[in-house]
Amino acid sequence: MAIWLTKESKVIVQGMTGSEGSKHTRRMLAAGTNVVGGVNPRKAGTTVDFDGTELPVFASVADAMRETGADVTVIFVPPQFTKGAVVEAIDARIPLAVVITEGVPVHDTASFWAYNVARGEQTRIIGPNCPGIASPGASNAGIIPADITGSGRIGLVSKSGTLTYQMMYELRDIGFSTCVGIGGDPIIGTTHIDALAAFEADPETDAIVMIGEIGGDAEERAAEFIKDNVTKPVVGYIAGFTAPPGKTMGHAGAIISGSAGTAEAKQQALEAVGVKVGKTPTETAKLMRELMSGR
Amino acid sequence: MDLYEYQGRDLFERHGLPVLAGGVATTPEEARAIAERLGGRVVVKAQVKVGGRGKAGGVKLAEGTDETVARATDILGMDIKGHTVHKVMITVTADVAEEYYFSYLLDRANRTFLCIASVAGGMDIEQVAAETPDKVVKAPIDAVEGVDEAKAREIVDAAGFPAEVADQVVAVAVGLWKAFVAEDATLVEVNPLAKTGDGTLLLLDAKVTLDENAGFRHPDHEALVDQAAVDPLEQAAKEKDLNYVKLDGEVGIIGNGAGLVMSTLDVVAYAGERHGNVKPANFLDIGGGASAAVMANGLEIVLSDPSVRSVFVNVFGGITACDEVANGIIQALALLEERGEKVTKPLVVRLDGNNAEAGRAILDGADNPLVQRVDTMDGAAERAAELAAAGV
Repeated sequence: MAIWLTKESKVIVQGMTGSEGSKHTRRMLAAGTNVVGGVNPRKAGTTVDFDGTELPVFASVADAMRETGADVTVIFVPPQFTKGAVVEAIDARIPLAVVITEGVPVHDTASFWAYNVARGEQTRIIGPNCPGIASPGASNAGIIPADITGSGRIGLVSKSGTLTYQMMYELRDIGFSTCVGIGGDPIIGTTHIDALAAFEADPETDAIVMIGEIGGDAEERAAEFIKDNVTKPVVGYIAGFTAPPGKTMGHAGAIISGSAGTAEAKQQALEAVGVKVGKTPTETAKLMRELMSGR
Repeated sequence: MDLYEYQGRDLFERHGLPVLAGGVATTPEEARAIAERLGGRVVVKAQVKVGGRGKAGGVKLAEGTDETVARATDILGMDIKGHTVHKVMITVTADVAEEYYFSYLLDRANRTFLCIASVAGGMDIEQVAAETPDKVVKAPIDAVEGVDEAKAREIVDAAGFPAEVADQVVAVAVGLWKAFVAEDATLVEVNPLAKTGDGTLLLLDAKVTLDENAGFRHPDHEALVDQAAVDPLEQAAKEKDLNYVKLDGEVGIIGNGAGLVMSTLDVVAYAGERHGNVKPANFLDIGGGASAAVMANGLEIVLSDPSVRSVFVNVFGGITACDEVANGIIQALALLEERGEKVTKPLVVRLDGNNAEAGRAILDGADNPLVQRVDTMDGAAERAAELAAAGV
């Protein structure tokens, strides 16, 4: 059954008619995702053809949900419009909103997050600046390539897109229940802890890979959470040991501020609670492989 | 983007917050003009983005024009912890009676903003918080509701500001929040927020960080970038829309995706421990596309760094197929040759993921003696480090 995204999920795309949105809608459909429509107020009432699949365009998320029963939205709109798109999704009370857009101002993210909290967090937000979520063999919401790996019993949560793909590739013979790319921004809607809790509760997940990177203290807090709440084995990887302080390394959130947010501190926090941390992605995959072979 | 103090002061002034009259000078002549305008006693402060400038002799008082010019001349060109002073800020002095602390910042852990306020200002706030935690108030700010007068008063009461300045601190708290939001800042820190002898409140220092993601709604922020301080390679990369950070090592790095590139730096550094201690020379994320043109631009930047001895191209084909990436690398090398920049440094290429076999076949077929193919990330890092060590 995986976490948050299943075979039954009905997916709409905000920004489906844009270049990124249409490219990835096509890919999601090819991956077997049940994409049921898109949202663009200026093109409401029209349809878009994706290699033979006609998808309707709705004026709003609420309209799309009413007409199609959609329960997941994937957001590809440009940064200037992302806050508005997410607020619309929250207002419609859609259960899951996956925000792919990179470059969203942090005031906008803080603002839609506060708005979501004020409305009782009825919408799970993944991202922004993330590759999305994939439950291999069931559904794929975002831009994670669908053909890297098949379904299996490892859960993966990661701040980085390409490291997610690398890890999926390394462990493709074992397979994954769900892979969640939570994104590299300073404020994100779904954290390592949220994913760890969901994987812990998921009967189809046996073990968890957690990928972190420099900046903030999300990994340290995840370590605390693991200590008290996670019984399934967790293997970790942290990127950015050689990153200099004060420099943003690609992701807006990947920055060591003073002495805070270093890779060493994150590794130590994870190891202190019994999480094995690999030195390289390949070594991390090897640790997971050893773990799974004992089962 | 971290601002210089004078830029922060200007920003506060633009938002109607009380700051000292002053100006910024890059030469003694400019300092003279400011001193003449201000008159009397002034303070000359080195503009560097590093703490501890006072102890390093970068902050001096001066009386009258000649002394101001002399102090500015002393400080301009000074080296403070590796930062050369190119600008000094000159302001009138204040008769400081009390020093407080006030800031707004991003609170990543709680996914909101935080206000930190204290009546014990003028020193390192983290130290104050560690030694006398009851003197520091940390108040979460709801990003939607923000800071209105009622919220500001709550903070002022909790921090125990003296009654005679409470109304002024409330006004500063509201005004500073407006500036924080209007400018898309992730930090505004005032330390000290000073009460003068006549009881007025002044923002005596300014530490401001702006969110670069919000640049699209602040065309004026671009002018705040200190072009002289930007590494020339980083500047060249930025002009080509490449995400590049200059580092100190010898192995040039090109990869796709921020996380994978960060990881590549680490893996190369580990390999370097076995090969003359070579280190990564840069961070360069060419993104998901990795077309020939982008690859050529990336290679051009990395190869123009004179400390680079070898280059590690580490690509995981996710959305992009590896055969396209391989073609991109071969075309990029040809393109550089056409631009008259003959490549002489070895390239180690690791391709994995989507269409990896086809990509590797293209590299093999091209038979370029500079290009070496290694199929695992760890193995390729090892090879790139080895080549860099041999080339040193």
